Amino acid sequence: MEVDKKEEIASESSEEQVVNPWEVSAKDGGKIDYDKLIDQFGCQRLDESLIDRVERLTSRQPHVFLRRGVFFAHRDFDLVLDAYERGDKFYLYTGRGPSSEALHLGHLIPFMFTKYLQEAFKVPLVIQLTDDEKCMWKNLSVEESQRLARENAKDIIACGFDVTKTFIFSDFDYVGGAFYKNMVKVAKCVTLNKAMGIFGFSGEDHIGKLSFPPVQAVPSFPSSFPHLFPGKDKLRCLIPCAIDQDPYFRMTRDVAPRLGYSKPALIESTFFPALQAKNGKMSASDPNSAIYVTDTAKDIKNKINRYAFSGGQDSIEKHREIGANLEVDIPVKYLSFFLEDDAELEHIKKEYGEGRMLTGEVKKRLTEVLTEMVERHRMARAAVTDEMVDAFMAVRPLPNMFE
Amino acid sequence: MGFSKDQLLSQLQELEIDYSKYEHPPVLTVEEQAKYVSSSEGALSKNLFFKDKKHRYYIISAMVDTKVDIKVLSQRLGLGKGGIRMAPEEALAELLQVSLGCVTPFAVVNESARDVSLLLDQKFKNQTRFIFHPLSNDVSISLSTSGLDKFLQSIGRDPVYVDLEANANPVVGKDQPPDLAVYVPSNSVVVPELPNKTPSAQAPPKNVSAEKTKPVASPKPSKSTGNVKSVVQNSGLSVFKNPDKFVEEILDKTSALLLSEVKGENVEALAETLRKRLTSEFTHLAVMYKNIAYSEGFYAGTQCQPKRQ
Repeated sequence: MEVDKKEEIASESSEEQVVNPWEVSAKDGGKIDYDKLIDQFGCQRLDESLIDRVERLTSRQPHVFLRRGVFFAHRDFDLVLDAYERGDKFYLYTGRGPSSEALHLGHLIPFMFTKYLQEAFKVPLVIQLTDDEKCMWKNLSVEESQRLARENAKDIIACGFDVTKTFIFSDFDYVGGAFYKNMVKVAKCVTLNKAMGIFGFSGEDHIGKLSFPPVQAVPSFPSSFPHLFPGKDKLRCLIPCAIDQDPYFRMTRDVAPRLGYSKPALIESTFFPALQAKNGKMSASDPNSAIYVTDTAKDIKNKINRYAFSGGQDSIEKHREIGANLEVDIPVKYLSFFLEDDAELEHIKKEYGEGRMLTGEVKKRLTEVLTEMVERHRMARAAVTDEMVDAFMAVRPLPNMFE
Repeated sequence: MGFSKDQLLSQLQELEIDYSKYEHPPVLTVEEQAKYVSSSEGALSKNLFFKDKKHRYYIISAMVDTKVDIKVLSQRLGLGKGGIRMAPEEALAELLQVSLGCVTPFAVVNESARDVSLLLDQKFKNQTRFIFHPLSNDVSISLSTSGLDKFLQSIGRDPVYVDLEANANPVVGKDQPPDLAVYVPSNSVVVPELPNKTPSAQAPPKNVSAEKTKPVASPKPSKSTGNVKSVVQNSGLSVFKNPDKFVEEILDKTSALLLSEVKGENVEALAETLRKRLTSEFTHLAVMYKNIAYSEGFYAGTQCQPKRQ
């Protein structure tokens, strides 16, 4: 059984940082301690040698998120690469909980990375829209959550997934048949006590919540998709996600061998910090904490200038003397996520950190980079029709999925 | 018929080439090999098998920490950036007659590999001994450069040593011809493409390639016309099926036109910059184009009336 010592969620105390699918907060108003998280969860660090291996196997430069340590932890990614080298492919599984119409950049990160993985390794992808989860947790109506799922699907498609290798599904539409059979098999293996320990459920929570985890677990098993992977029960699954989703997949990995399935592998990312840098992650509930894909160039410029937490010094003289505090500076952090050019990033960090470059310049560069990204996304989004969403979500075979 | 490891080893003995042999469980990667063969026996090598767009093949054999940049290599061979890529599995089996994880300079002993170019890392010359697989990945042998050279000469090959890390930013033009172009094979080789394989079938059981005694050695013209057609058809289709190949094709043609029409020393650099900056943009556009076309077809399919009887 996967050993994780502290399965109970330390919900009340601000002594410990809290990281689970429904809450992310750092200890005492500080930063998230990722090393501690890796230790607590029991996953592995994604080190240089793995990144080099990826480069070798895919014959292309590793994605900027790998180079900058955005995707920093994994479970069994090395085994997936071993198998890939032998000619055994895998498929990708990621998802989104469609709680709001407005997507911000933090939401796009796992999708941008998954798109790269799909192209680089030439493998198929399933994307789960957990409309049922949001219906339960956010108390939305069934119709509203289904509507949001479709809207979010459009933004996801705009990230550039290939329709001949991608299957998007919403739980309300797809649960049933082979998928449901696997859900029941998984559910039989997890006691109420265990679920409460992993997810922090209590006697006050409704039974819908308790029965949800298998829904997010079973897309890791190829037999859940008989129209995609008939007869390929041993096909491996790789799940790119943010590290707060780890509990679902710890449970899944625990259960998999008992069902005779391979354990899914994971590749996990850090959280995208909020603009104002308050501990935790970007939140959809505070519009100024995030850059949205619907923001105009003017909005982006304003938000960055006004709300992005700066590590620069109070006065120009002091700044030129000491340089910026790169640890807390948000613009530099954002650039490390989205500025492709390694050399330019290094240059900025050096000049800004030693006081020769001012905050205004860094913010200006960031505004350029983000505006370009958001513009590109908007253009792609405008091209997504309802027919295209239908096509992506149709239960159909994908004959060329490994090309 | 593919050379077996025993035939190779007895050949080495006959030539009085000194080597040391290490047996171990089959290994597929350098990391695994390193567990069984320590570096005191010799320097481990990484062996890469590449193919270019005109179906010419290359083995690059290098020290493990030598940086082999495919793009740079491709330019130095005069094939433009992105002119070479890792060769497909079928080529490994057909041309080199070895299995996955077993690429080795010794593979050129096979007749089927006579048109494969072999480039060795200059840095090997600084080592006393280095380590390769003798056609099978459950054995490793260590020998000296002079031993390898002697072997290559015995099969009519001139050993070619290249500084793989030199010229990291090659500028290729009329006055600066690609420095490795002379090592591009004069003949291309046709490897019949196997039909789409399912993932489970792709795991290459070693037995299969060892037993494959199909004499692919010399693709005679009459036999190869059929193969050539199917290869061309397949690669033609993939340009339109895969957004990245599609974009590569566009940028190839654009670069070619630019280079032929505009003179000047900055033009090559410009062509490269264009390619580098536009590839990701164009691929994004191509994927959207493909998605739209598919969706329209899909929708039409749902509205399709049954054929009138």
